[in-house]
Amino acid sequence: MTGSPVTTGNRDNLAISMEGIDKTFGSVRANRGASLQVRKGEIHALVGENGAGKSTLMKILGGLEPADAGKMEVNGTDVTGWNTRQAIQAGIGVVHQHFMLVPTLTVAENIVLGMEPRSGGRFDYDKAVEDVTRLSTDTGLAVSADRKIADLSVGEAQRVEILKTLYRGARILVLDEPTAVLSPPEVKELWTVLRKMRDNGDTIVLITHRLDEVIEISDTITVMRQGQTVDRITTADTTPSEIAKAMVGREVALSSREEAGILTTPAHGGSNGAAPAQGPAALTVTDLTVLGSRKTREVDGLSFSVQPGEILGIAGVEGNGQTELIEALAGLRPILSGNIKIDGNDVTFDDVRERRDAGLSHIPEDRHRRGLILDYSISDNLVLGLQSDFSKNGILDADRIGQNARTQIKAFDIRPPSAELPARSLSGGNQQKVVIAREMGREFTVLLASQPTRGVDVGAIEFIHSRLREARAAGKAILLVSAELNEVLALSDRVAVMYRGKFATVVPASEASEESLGEYMIGTRKESVA
Amino acid sequence: MNPISFLTQMLRIAIPYLFAASGGVIAERAGIISLELEGLMLTGAFSATLGAHYSGSPWIGVLAGIGGGLVFGLIHAVATIRYRADQVVVGIAINLLAIGVTRFFLKLAFQSSSNSPRINGFGGSAAAHGLDNPLVWMGLLSAPVLAFFLYKTPFGLRVRAVGEHPDAAASVGISVPKVRYIAVAVSGMLAALGGVFLALDQHQFTDQMTSGRGFIAVAAVIFGRWDPIKAALACLFFAAAETLQIQLQGNQLIPSQFIEMIPYLLTIIALAGVVGRAVPPAALGKTGE
Amino acid sequence: MNPRRKEQLEEALFPPFVALLVALICGDLLIMSYGQSPATVYRLLLEGTWGNAYGFGQVLYKATTLTFTGLAVSLGIRAGLFNVGAESQLAAGGFLAALVGLGLSPAIPGIVAVPLCLIAAAAGGGIVGAIPGWLKVRFGAHEVIVTIMLNFVVLALLNWIVAAHLHVPETLHTPEIRAGAMPRLESVISSFHGSAANFTILIALLTAVAGWFYLFKSRRGFDLRAVGLQPDAAEYGGINVRGVWLRAMTVSGMIAGVGGINYVLGYKHYYEEGFAGGSGFLGIAVALVGRNHPVGVVLAALFFATLSQGGLAIHAFVPKQMVEVLQGVVILAVAMSVPEVRAVLRRARKPVAA
Repeated sequence: MTGSPVTTGNRDNLAISMEGIDKTFGSVRANRGASLQVRKGEIHALVGENGAGKSTLMKILGGLEPADAGKMEVNGTDVTGWNTRQAIQAGIGVVHQHFMLVPTLTVAENIVLGMEPRSGGRFDYDKAVEDVTRLSTDTGLAVSADRKIADLSVGEAQRVEILKTLYRGARILVLDEPTAVLSPPEVKELWTVLRKMRDNGDTIVLITHRLDEVIEISDTITVMRQGQTVDRITTADTTPSEIAKAMVGREVALSSREEAGILTTPAHGGSNGAAPAQGPAALTVTDLTVLGSRKTREVDGLSFSVQPGEILGIAGVEGNGQTELIEALAGLRPILSGNIKIDGNDVTFDDVRERRDAGLSHIPEDRHRRGLILDYSISDNLVLGLQSDFSKNGILDADRIGQNARTQIKAFDIRPPSAELPARSLSGGNQQKVVIAREMGREFTVLLASQPTRGVDVGAIEFIHSRLREARAAGKAILLVSAELNEVLALSDRVAVMYRGKFATVVPASEASEESLGEYMIGTRKESVA
Repeated sequence: MNPISFLTQMLRIAIPYLFAASGGVIAERAGIISLELEGLMLTGAFSATLGAHYSGSPWIGVLAGIGGGLVFGLIHAVATIRYRADQVVVGIAINLLAIGVTRFFLKLAFQSSSNSPRINGFGGSAAAHGLDNPLVWMGLLSAPVLAFFLYKTPFGLRVRAVGEHPDAAASVGISVPKVRYIAVAVSGMLAALGGVFLALDQHQFTDQMTSGRGFIAVAAVIFGRWDPIKAALACLFFAAAETLQIQLQGNQLIPSQFIEMIPYLLTIIALAGVVGRAVPPAALGKTGE
Repeated sequence: MNPRRKEQLEEALFPPFVALLVALICGDLLIMSYGQSPATVYRLLLEGTWGNAYGFGQVLYKATTLTFTGLAVSLGIRAGLFNVGAESQLAAGGFLAALVGLGLSPAIPGIVAVPLCLIAAAAGGGIVGAIPGWLKVRFGAHEVIVTIMLNFVVLALLNWIVAAHLHVPETLHTPEIRAGAMPRLESVISSFHGSAANFTILIALLTAVAGWFYLFKSRRGFDLRAVGLQPDAAEYGGINVRGVWLRAMTVSGMIAGVGGINYVLGYKHYYEEGFAGGSGFLGIAVALVGRNHPVGVVLAALFFATLSQGGLAIHAFVPKQMVEVLQGVVILAVAMSVPEVRAVLRRARKPVAA
């Protein structure tokens, strides 16, 4: 553990105290010795990157998941290992990131579900509507009790979620990424409600990775990283950049700025920052707009290009359209408008395979869902997407697939080096090496590298970074998306910050720093980018 | 065509459908696919025959039939909920098992591979047109009662929540498996009553006497969009079509096979969404990993 | 043995083994409920099936149809689809084969006529399989319900055609085919005398080999399994997921359809209402117990055929319906133990260290 949680002086004051919480899902250690202390009557922000273990910790608090180890107290009572019902009875209310609302039921039905008002054995729906309407008026959370959830906006649905917890008498409210789906006015409204609740003596835990929000609303901050609690800060005494540092801070030596500078500068003879090679771009994107699942513009009229021998890094808080951008470029997501060219060829209407043939390689952000077929062998995974190239007359060429596997396993140091093992049985780092071997161990012009080092060990990170640098030196164009700001800074020639579907800024890496980019990431600074 | 005889016959055909479709609706609203209605009906019919035969009382037959359906419903529930077995496979297995079990014990109990001895049924006076049979009334009432239960009681609300969004139900402390066990058990008993009616109405059990009626009920559930009342109306409609076919026998205008196809064709059309898409409960079939 | 194959075999073989044990216990109880000795009855069951040439011939005959339907269902499952329509695909295949056999001149030699009938059978099953495939790809209609419903529609349609236009008076079947009959095995091995086993079994085995080759050696099989395991990853790999679904349902239907010739060309030489007799549904059991692998399917088909024929052999002591109970028990037990066994084995195994 890199930091130990600050203990507050008076334990009687604590609404929540969790210590030494461990939780493992399959091979993922979501929490390792995580801790959390929340005082009564405060707004407490729980921050950290995706996968830092915040949601898991809150699931354990809410009784949805049992912890493997650790101790948990609520209002001074030991509640380790309790279940959902007990947590609700003790006044814990969790508003999940993915709404726990039944879309086909009405607002009132959802709110009273599990503790329905009755009259003579019947479910008294009128009473439910009445209660919900009264609660809505009292709290200022406006909802219409009779409408179906499916017909609500996300903002309304969230109000229903909060009312649901309040209906159950929650005095400790946990909100998981509540603003991810809200418009700015809705966020303001939410803050008003939360402050009012705090002033009434309720306790609020806010999970978020938006630092501007943390500064604006919270009293105290707990920072988590890789399943551990790394810091506990009083909001009034800190700055966004300090929090960001605690969130992404990493003990990997190579990602220091100096080393990155040494590695990048000579490669481009001091032209670091400017597009390295003048001439035709390898990847050109013009006016690209992509809709998300909620029909919102996740990528909003974006234009940029990547030159051969250049790494364009996209930084930004996750959920600002990076996923949609990469999927649209790879041909996995339909676009609303715009144009995509690879090496001057228009691929806008090409499918995945045609783009691949045009020279596009793609390291997807989620290797378990997209990048690998977990029950396929390493050798089969090494030809996924290239299976046509590795077959003759429709028959898989086992010799060449085996040969390819031997070559790639060696070249990319995949361990254990046995081609017949299913990808499922490899460690995260080696699974990622399989993906990288497949995508980079072939002829390509443009590489989309999305979260290339997510969830892999330190050794694999260094390996992957050096591979990306080698590819750049060989004249490949690389579009890198990473939630790790220092990774983007260490590898990129130019850095773009993506904020709400647009590039908030594009600067040469030499002119960028974590501090300067941080403000673009959280949306407090913007500049128009052509 | 005599309208009274038409209605009487339609009612006799519709009652098994009504029971089984109600059973299908409650299980599927809780998220468990009900392909086993056929087997549940068959078990119900056979258990009722055993009960009525050994006691001489049709009421004991009804109770025995319900018990048989309950046992098979619980097998389905344990396999799919506790052991996370594929619901479709289990449904088909229950159907095969029901055929085998009823045949085996038909042989064991009555030394016959085709039918049981005559048993006592309800009513039977020609003047009453079947209305002196309490099962007819129960069948007619099953859908409205189920509708009341689903839409007007706390447990009904929970069933609907569990079938649509089990995580949401679990997040407010509802035991999803418990709700599903109860729904499937009730489903078994209701569907079995459909078979009980058949056996008592025909005063005997015959091998495979349900002859696909359970699948017509499945069709009615889907065509009725998983709503008890609409499913019941679908049952009545299917029964009316069948009655028409029987009463027009000898008429070469529409071959009987085409009448037989109606429920199934309509269901396929409903699923393809040609006239307003049939959308199943969101969590239907998802008890596996 | 390399560790991967060992793990795969463990996961594949444990459930059927568990199921067999459960079935044996259930069988004991049923036999004893009839006042007989399980040992005697099981011995009779084996003697009546694998113990004499006629019985064995019948087992082979029944296993032939089940191999086709089992392969059909397992191909669908490999693509992530549940084809519950093998019953009507089998019937449609048999029907079209009979139609072609009826239409051909008796002068046409078998070497031409049989392949023609075979193509007709594949086309019949393929059409019935393609419909739910298309409805799924185009409208998102769930293939399980559509195939079930289509079973009834197709069977009713075939029954009507036969009843209205093709039947021999007083029967439910068509006249005998004039060309395309498949020789019985007894024509080569005389001790099979009287049994229905015929050369369709070779086509079944060839189909199993072809199925194995298609699934595990061809590029399309690679795509098909990828779609069945992880559709999102398949899409990422440039595979047209919908195209694979449509093709898988069509090919699945074709395989089931060819199964129809076992009866029509090989046994009775006519199409008869209800000849499928549940072989399509039993194909689901065969696929399940055979763990969707062609070799497993052939073995499972033999197992279920043995049960079915064995029922007749023990009938004098215990009603043959006992085996129907056991079939259901085996399916239930396998279905219940597959997720359980996988979970237990995966928990027991540590990820391979780097």
